[in-house]
Amino acid sequence: MATSIYQCLTRITAAITENKDFLTELDREIGDADHGLNMARGFAAVLEKVPQEEPDFGVVLKKVGMTLLSTVGGASGPLYGTAYMEAAKVAAGKTEITADLFDEMLGAAIAGIERRGKAVRGEKTMLDALIPAKDAFAEKVAKGASFVEALDAACAAAEEGVAFTKTIAATKGRAAYLGERSIGHQDPGATSATLMLESIRDYVKG
Amino acid sequence: MVGLVIVSHSPKIAEGVRDLANEVARASGLIVAAGGLEDGSIGTDAMRILDAIQEANQGDGVAILCDLGSAIMSAEIALEFLGNDVAAKIVDAPLVEGAVAAAVEASCGSSLEDVIGAAEAVRGEKKIL
Repeated sequence: MATSIYQCLTRITAAITENKDFLTELDREIGDADHGLNMARGFAAVLEKVPQEEPDFGVVLKKVGMTLLSTVGGASGPLYGTAYMEAAKVAAGKTEITADLFDEMLGAAIAGIERRGKAVRGEKTMLDALIPAKDAFAEKVAKGASFVEALDAACAAAEEGVAFTKTIAATKGRAAYLGERSIGHQDPGATSATLMLESIRDYVKG
Repeated sequence: MVGLVIVSHSPKIAEGVRDLANEVARASGLIVAAGGLEDGSIGTDAMRILDAIQEANQGDGVAILCDLGSAIMSAEIALEFLGNDVAAKIVDAPLVEGAVAAAVEASCGSSLEDVIGAAEAVRGEKKIL
């Protein structure tokens, strides 16, 4: 029987694969039309390379990050690769998820993306979904909400973040070449980040 | 002698730039191509770049030349994995011109700093005078 984290990764992979064409189409509008293809290839490799029985979240997430670095190909490879490897450091030795641990992992992942991409919130990137999601999650947890309730709030905030990316111009990545012309299009990276959060939420809900 | 690593999203670009630089510089130094993914797809792979740096290193350091966008991020990750045992640096120069200039400089037995300097010096060069 595969571990819970492996099953959760299977959910994420399914969501990315189902939305492969959608993500690629979003990327066609403001980038180089490869985001869905790249992410689907990367997560297919993740399911192959990550051991199904390994209980240590740190070991599993490090393997996820390393695999994404080598198999995604586009900018999302180093960015998501770094995000998962940073989350892995926080989760090292842990075999069960809690709201506090998830909050810490999400924070580490975001810090990794900021450092790797030299990016901040408001530049039409995955950070515009992830940072509000983390803030909403932490706020719910602080108020005593359950893990699932906090994840619901995180997903809602990420969705709003994706909608927000439609209203701003890109200043990072290939989309920055388009400048103001990128307004009106939602960011593919913010979209894939939201898909990941929703998959985690759906898995935790059961 | 300083080694060079050519990073491109395309395996063919990386190999082509390596061949051109070798030809022009008649370099006896080591130029290693790190283009594309393992399966030949377009993209950059931090681990392939890491392997290439180790292969190119002969003890005098390695200069890394990159093409677009995420090539730099992947090269930065490779450097983090490499640690401090090997002196390696990413060059801020156009890929083809920078690689040729770096190869010429490296083939003269120059230091890593001078190789990087020669590559970065071509940054603002006009092609049509």
